[in-house]
Amino acid sequence: MEGIYGIMEAILPLDAFRFDFMKNALLAVILLTPLLGLLGTMAVNHQMAFFSDALGHSALTGIGLGIVLGLRNDLAAMLIFGVIWAILICLIKQSGSASTDTIISVFSSTSVAAGLLILARGGQFAKYSALLIGDILAVTPQDLLYLLLALAGTVILWTVLYNALLMTSVDPMLARSRGIRTRLIECGFVVLVAVAVMLSIRWVGVMLINALLILPAAAGRNLARTSRQHAAWSVGTALLCGIVGLTASYYLDTSAGATIVIAAAVCYAVSLAVRGIRK
Amino acid sequence: MLHHCALCHIDLDKVSVRRGGQVLLQDVSMHIHCGQLTVLIGQNGAGKTTLIRALLGQIPHTGVIRHVDSHGLNIPHLRTGYVPQVLQFDREMPLTVQDYLAAAVTKRPVWTGVSKKVREKVRGMLRDVNADGLADTPLGRCSGGELQRVLLALALEPAPDLLVLDEPVSGIDRNGMRMFLETLTDLRRTRHMAILLVSHDLRFVREYADHVVLLEKSVLTQGRPGEVFASPEFSAVFGTGGEEEEDS
Repeated sequence: MEGIYGIMEAILPLDAFRFDFMKNALLAVILLTPLLGLLGTMAVNHQMAFFSDALGHSALTGIGLGIVLGLRNDLAAMLIFGVIWAILICLIKQSGSASTDTIISVFSSTSVAAGLLILARGGQFAKYSALLIGDILAVTPQDLLYLLLALAGTVILWTVLYNALLMTSVDPMLARSRGIRTRLIECGFVVLVAVAVMLSIRWVGVMLINALLILPAAAGRNLARTSRQHAAWSVGTALLCGIVGLTASYYLDTSAGATIVIAAAVCYAVSLAVRGIRK
Repeated sequence: MLHHCALCHIDLDKVSVRRGGQVLLQDVSMHIHCGQLTVLIGQNGAGKTTLIRALLGQIPHTGVIRHVDSHGLNIPHLRTGYVPQVLQFDREMPLTVQDYLAAAVTKRPVWTGVSKKVREKVRGMLRDVNADGLADTPLGRCSGGELQRVLLALALEPAPDLLVLDEPVSGIDRNGMRMFLETLTDLRRTRHMAILLVSHDLRFVREYADHVVLLEKSVLTQGRPGEVFASPEFSAVFGTGGEEEEDS
């Protein structure tokens, strides 16, 4: 860790990064934002922005259930519940029993209500309110190690799934005719998104997580022509906004998550303008 | 004629499809011969799309679909290529024709780029369907006719035993349609495969089909275009002036 800190101090001669908690936060941002940016491209193409929002909300229920079941580890509780929740939404969506946004809305509101029901018992919610806005300055070196492992796993799975997912998002029936198991692929993707969302939520917060997933990818979409450009713009935007937002939050004394999201929103506005000019 | 194997065929024997107590297809029996353009006609709701989906293995059916070689022996696996009627996708998606085709033919995720070898392959696929120069066009900017060619290129890779095409009802002008049918006519001569086309344009059917099947839940009649068009069954379905009506 000391070696990495040394390198960071050499590269970033900023006041803000004198502190180890800022260095940890920056490392977390560098690990998380590209991951979210990459997954976001497909969430946007697959029209799942609302879905990932619902997933974020389900973190509340996950923690709540974790407490009820006596699980010590919040993250494990969130991960397990998030993945189950994601698969459930996916299966119900595929059964085609109601329109997708209705299903997602049902799941989203139910999970928020269930989470609040448990967490706010006896007026205890203040203890958990940090979950809503996240705290990226609380990242520990151990968290970073987990993040790195998760990142590696996600990128590997993402690499395996991507082409089939792309075919599926253009036309599922055609993809099926080519032997792609579209339902399995879709479920694999939502599980990936669920894992990424749950990993990030402690630091970014329930309210902002979706913005980090969707905004960079939406901005990238305005600028890109090819899949590769989309991934590059999205990851680049996410990374840039993450670093700039975190740094700015130190000097402006603002919430890091919120500042990063505002930076991403500005990028989106710029991309929209560029797109308008190009047309 | 360059028919590699006019005797290979796909043999449908009493194929039926039922869903929720409703009969969608009843005892459909027909041959789709290699090297021929077989055209499926019939009114809306006649079960054409259902038959296609059964052939593609996407819905359960009773009866037998066999792939038979020139000696009457079963070929165990039927490789199908499918060109859908329309592609309902998000036209703003950042995705070029090359990305889409590469995603179908390689394992390397296209967000990491497309290798030179695959680029060459994609260009070859497009050349085969007279769609050179489309590789770098965003998929969402393709015209109806261009998109149909891209989908044809996709359906031909890997080489299918049976190519199934659901012809678009709209979005392609007559010239584009004629060019497309010319491409199909070339393909059936030069490639070892059977072609089944669902058509909504009867004038083209007369001109290009080798074999016509008139479907209305089951096969009403089938044969050469002239025979089918002169049959009482055809008049009963489309009326005597059916052909002209379809054209208007």
